[in-house]
Amino acid sequence: MVQRLIFIAVLAGVSFVAYKKYVRIFNIIRLGKEEEIADRKSERWKNVFLVAFGQKKMFKRIIPAIMHLFIYVAFLFTQIELVEIIIDGVFGVHRFFADKIGFLYSLIINSIEILSVLAFVATVVFLWRRNLLKVPRLVKPEMKGWPTLDANYILIGEIILLIGIFSMNGADAVLQNLDPEHYPATGGIISAAIGEGIFSGLSIGTLQGIERFGWWLHILTVFGFLLYLPMSKHLHIMLAFPNVYFSRLKSRGEISNMPEVMNEVKSMMGLIEESTDAADMSAELPDFGAKDVFDLSWQNILSAYTCTECGRCSSVCPANDTGKKLSPRKIMMDIRDRAEEVYTKIESENIDKKDYDDGKSLFDYISEEELFACTTCNACIEACPVLINPLEPILELRRYKLLTEAKGPEEWLPMFTALENGGSVWQMPDQRFDWANSINQESTS
Amino acid sequence: MKVYTLEEYNTMSKSPEIVFWVGCAGSFDPRAQKITKALVKILHHAGLEFAVLGNEESCTGDPARRAGNEFIFQMMALQNIETLNMYNVKKIVTACPHCFNTIKNEYPELGGNYEVLHHTTLIQKLIDEGKLTIEKGKFEGKKIAYHDSCYLGRINNIYETPRSILKQLDASLQEAKRNREKGFCCGAGGAQVFKEEEEGSKKVNHERVGELLEGNPDIIAANCPYCILMMNDGVKSKEKEEDVMVYDISELIVQANRW
Repeated sequence: MVQRLIFIAVLAGVSFVAYKKYVRIFNIIRLGKEEEIADRKSERWKNVFLVAFGQKKMFKRIIPAIMHLFIYVAFLFTQIELVEIIIDGVFGVHRFFADKIGFLYSLIINSIEILSVLAFVATVVFLWRRNLLKVPRLVKPEMKGWPTLDANYILIGEIILLIGIFSMNGADAVLQNLDPEHYPATGGIISAAIGEGIFSGLSIGTLQGIERFGWWLHILTVFGFLLYLPMSKHLHIMLAFPNVYFSRLKSRGEISNMPEVMNEVKSMMGLIEESTDAADMSAELPDFGAKDVFDLSWQNILSAYTCTECGRCSSVCPANDTGKKLSPRKIMMDIRDRAEEVYTKIESENIDKKDYDDGKSLFDYISEEELFACTTCNACIEACPVLINPLEPILELRRYKLLTEAKGPEEWLPMFTALENGGSVWQMPDQRFDWANSINQESTS
Repeated sequence: MKVYTLEEYNTMSKSPEIVFWVGCAGSFDPRAQKITKALVKILHHAGLEFAVLGNEESCTGDPARRAGNEFIFQMMALQNIETLNMYNVKKIVTACPHCFNTIKNEYPELGGNYEVLHHTTLIQKLIDEGKLTIEKGKFEGKKIAYHDSCYLGRINNIYETPRSILKQLDASLQEAKRNREKGFCCGAGGAQVFKEEEEGSKKVNHERVGELLEGNPDIIAANCPYCILMMNDGVKSKEKEEDVMVYDISELIVQANRW
């Protein structure tokens, strides 16, 4: 009874705090510019099934893909057991489903146990790849400090979770023989072996203690994860789905149009009626591009929070691969960190986002050196398993530099001048057809 | 063989089957001009009536837009669309994947709707229709390494057509370690070709050329004038310009046919 009350209290407390934390993430994402993304629903759902649920893009790198799949499927399956744990906890029963769904129960338990062993292997492999093998993309400069700690915390958390599952099921397996009335058979083969190997010969009281310890360890670790996710890169286990759903479906080659600039140029060229509205003339020119999280689409911020810092983007980036500072992963991390900073201040000082000004911007995180090193090759976009597009914010930041601040690499100026004056990237007025002279002379001679 | 402008066609009250969009590199850069001329020869031998815009053509605006200068992009794009629509252009071929991408994917939103072909697609079509044949023999025993440009490959998903043309050359086709959707950039895109690279451990094109040279090819084949400029520079930096030639696919066809 005491256990039951404690559980209900913990469950209620965790639910409350989790609700607050996830609403907070939702609000942070809404710091971005409003944009309706409601088209091509069937294509979007198809992406969710293939790319998010089906892990399609992970399989471009087979070893991490298989290891990741172990953990992912184990996670999905464990959710079934979690339902039972919560029912057991709230109602003070033991293995609620065991005698209700018959053979299916032992199938589920065995699946969970096999997947848990595989997930354990994968977790160890991941710890090894990060900390001993030091896979290059996992140890790049932007991974120093918190990002590396965060990744290791998650992996260690997974191991604790597995210790919980197996001490619970292992002790339970022995108890099933000693006290079949209270401990219905689960049919778990791995837990039976663990029980026999480690826990056999212990007294019923000790076994009950171990089973309870495992049960509580398991559920508390799950609660811990739930509360930890919103401040971790591991949030991808939730946000990958909406991020994939809302990802851009237009052609990769199409950079988003700027209608306000288009109309301005059209009226300059006399293609549309020039606005004669006096109020319009005196109006201040709007800022173009993005300098802060408010100027990016909410979809970009969702992506930033979805990023799990795997670094596939940066490992294929031609700039990053040749030692430049630009790292598409860092761009996404910077957007997230800046959004976090902004929202923390908004929260604590209760300010409206329209009035927000702390004298800082994304440019305090992202340098021009990084921005202008991008070749727009789209390799980062191709590489991302959850359809994050780092190029879009890079371009928006470039637009701010070029259009609003009139800055950018000086070497581009001659190109721009040549374009403005002669319509070509090189200053060679009226020579665009000269290449044909030799051909046309031949044909006349 | 004569190259007509659309204006000339217009005064003859005729319209060509296709407009050849030459692009800045193809118009001005001495190396890229050779690609332009190779494509002219191919169109001529295939008996396809074509015209160019000549001095009425402007940059598509690709480098300006990717640099972040949307004003100049819009100036270029809207002017070009005005011109193309004035001549009622329906079909365009270009040897530059950047021009191809911008006209195909970005002009529609600005009011420019055309059927746009990259020259490798057109070449394959001409072969399929029997209008173009490739003589065997010239490249027998040669090794050709193929470089996917980002704007044709990863961005527009054209990987196999250029390869299928190269296979018809009787040479052995080599793949770079990073190919197709994993193809590694030459370093020119996003207006990078107009500025120095940021500080790093090496140049992007040197990295890419090093990879392409791994199989000791005789020829590096590409489909983009900017890639070709970058590859040429990379080959020179490795002091391999005597051993390895860098060509556009159209030039290889012209060589094979000894035109």
